[in-house]
Amino acid sequence: MVDATTNPTNTGLTTADGKPLKAALAHAQARSRRRAFLLVLPLLLFIVITFIVPIGQMLKRSVYNDGFTVQRNLTTGEKTPIMVNLAKWFDENPAGTEPDEAAFAALVEDLKQLKELRAAGQAGTRINYELSGSRSLFTQGARKAKKLQPPYKEALLELNPKWNDPKLWQVMRSASSNFTGTFFLAATDRTRDADGNIQSVEENRQIYLKLFWRTLKLSVLITVLTLILAYPIAHLLATLPLRYSNLLMIFVLLPFWTSLLVRTTSWMILLQSQGVLNDAMVAMGLISDGNRIQMMYNQTGTVIAMTHILLPFMVLPLYSVMRPINPSYVRAARSLGATSWTAFRRIYFPQTVPGIAAGGLLVFILAVGYYITPALVGGSDGTLISNLIAFHMQKSLNWSMAAALASLLLGGILILYWLYDRLVGIDNLKLG
Amino acid sequence: MAMTDSGAAFVEFDRVQKSYDGETLVVKDLNLQIAKGEFVTMLGPSGSGKTTCLMMLAGFETATHGEIRLGGVSINDIPPHKRGIGMVFQSYALFPHMTVGENLSFPLEVRGMGKSEREEKVKRALDMVQMGDFALRRPAQLSGGQQQRIALARALVFEPQVVLMDEPLGALDKQLREHMQFEIKHLHESLGITVVYVTHDQSEALTMSDRVAVFENGRIQQLAPPADLYERPENSFVAQFIGENNKLPGTVVALDGDNSKTEGKIATVKLEDGATCEALAVKCGGPGSKTLVSIRPERVSVSAEPGPNSTTAQVLELIYLGDHIRCRLNVHGNDEFVVKVPNAAGHKHLVVGETTQVTWDAEDARALDPL
Repeated sequence: MVDATTNPTNTGLTTADGKPLKAALAHAQARSRRRAFLLVLPLLLFIVITFIVPIGQMLKRSVYNDGFTVQRNLTTGEKTPIMVNLAKWFDENPAGTEPDEAAFAALVEDLKQLKELRAAGQAGTRINYELSGSRSLFTQGARKAKKLQPPYKEALLELNPKWNDPKLWQVMRSASSNFTGTFFLAATDRTRDADGNIQSVEENRQIYLKLFWRTLKLSVLITVLTLILAYPIAHLLATLPLRYSNLLMIFVLLPFWTSLLVRTTSWMILLQSQGVLNDAMVAMGLISDGNRIQMMYNQTGTVIAMTHILLPFMVLPLYSVMRPINPSYVRAARSLGATSWTAFRRIYFPQTVPGIAAGGLLVFILAVGYYITPALVGGSDGTLISNLIAFHMQKSLNWSMAAALASLLLGGILILYWLYDRLVGIDNLKLG
Repeated sequence: MAMTDSGAAFVEFDRVQKSYDGETLVVKDLNLQIAKGEFVTMLGPSGSGKTTCLMMLAGFETATHGEIRLGGVSINDIPPHKRGIGMVFQSYALFPHMTVGENLSFPLEVRGMGKSEREEKVKRALDMVQMGDFALRRPAQLSGGQQQRIALARALVFEPQVVLMDEPLGALDKQLREHMQFEIKHLHESLGITVVYVTHDQSEALTMSDRVAVFENGRIQQLAPPADLYERPENSFVAQFIGENNKLPGTVVALDGDNSKTEGKIATVKLEDGATCEALAVKCGGPGSKTLVSIRPERVSVSAEPGPNSTTAQVLELIYLGDHIRCRLNVHGNDEFVVKVPNAAGHKHLVVGETTQVTWDAEDARALDPL
């Protein structure tokens, strides 16, 4: 304050030797800040390398595919541009142009190069993602390209009339650019027609939206079921004396210490049509031997097994919220004239909402991305979107498609997270 | 206010016993009658069963044996929400997700009271504890003392006939606690409610209560108005627990008059160092039985005047406390014998190490049961 009055030019406070106070403070704390940052650095690097970079890669791959533009030599790692002539023709002619002789000449030139580089399979696969049957078209074309004589259009059509398909040309045009939204369109069951207009695929080929919807539905159902089952357990755990509740807590945690695979297969043993449950019901005469209930390899199996496996994730946040709730709250409500139901509804339940929200969010997010259990017990009816992502990663090797599906899933969860923040408030999240 | 006639008792414990594990009794044969409008405190060390008694009265614990009556009607089977008993908890138990106003409105709401009536009663209750401006605050935004007032207002807003308080001032600092003691006392007087108060703080019990029930080991050791409790403790535990106390163990050698009845007579007690002194026989056996003579520090005078209980005392320690000087002396071999010397004009100035004379009246020394 003395400075402010004696030295009107300097409005900020200073230290005894005239240094600005803010600078002095920053200097004094710099060392400990640096130390703190160094402590965090390993984890930061770990997260960046193993989490942020892969997710960025995945997001990129969902809109980026160079299968039709670059060939990589697997031994030397050398990159060679392919389909350059065709790409040039696409640049010169706007979309929708009927492919002329020049276009076919460019195509044949590129097919010759594909043969040389042995890249016909790769390029064909890229086109095959969007138009099935194209891979063989490319391998056949590349094999015979050397022998083709002008006019190339007729020669190529004679080899295979499919080369005249306007849809094929539309797909090649979009594939000649590395960046494409096609995978996102496909992931939402849509496609471009020959003129480049977006339209839904035929009813019987729509699978992704159905699976997204099923994943959402089952995840909500599983979340609700775990909540219904976990709430009383968590309450019991929170109100029992510590030595009993610790024992019970071990039972809750026991599944965590058992392999996921073991737990899932044990459900298979219990639920299958020749399984323990069905056998018991037949033995008791509840159902006849011919009418064994199908509880496995369908949605029922997925729901039962996943509810069991995800239950601890609901119990723990609920428990951690319920434990510190003083029993005198409910007692106070009771002494003030509330019935036990009113005391629960008006006093106890509102205080457990942060736990419900945290557990619900946790279970839901885990359920949405769950893979092993639905793969094992889900059959064709109970598989989830993650199984399809795995299919594209491992079987069809269409990584861009897998990435697009995964990105949609990630986006969906982020939207839910945002909604959750708006409705419940992220500050209310309490995990332990 | 002392109650003996059970016909007029408003709250009544009749031979109540309570056990949690089926092996030990936490409350042993409790008989207690509380009159309408009375302020009764249950005082005792922790684990003495006083809070259990309160919880049984509120309905959160069931009595293992015996009957609890409210207004002459047994309430053993009435659930807590139908008992109409207000309760103030040590932790206040203000609902954290509701505002102060909503907290107070809650008991009225569950009774199906209309909105305008509710608002009026809430306002009146808040004004009563001088918290009228705080209706829209959340409990977390209030200080401990303010929360305490709100908890009090909430327990009173639905006009219960009995209010139970479970160490309500335990979490407050000393000054605020003393202030709140008077406020609670004044509210009790102006509203005419019956209060059952639990505490382990004896000064709180003595300040506020009409009667105090001293609990120990599941039993009421003495039930008496504060003055009686302090001046006429009936047994060694009460004498030890309430206020400061000098104790001299010994054996009864003689009683004046005949030996058929001991209470109210002057007993001659042979102390451990061989000397004898006279004491009022309160709870000791006939000649030959062990006893503990209890004398309050302020009833002992340091003087040269010889009396029936005059003895020499060596000054061991002096603590100056302003209004009085606390002297620790060796009397009859007891190193912990404390005497309070008032800092009055012309009082005797003692010196550590000096030997002096102390004396007390036989009526002020009480021969009680041996510990």
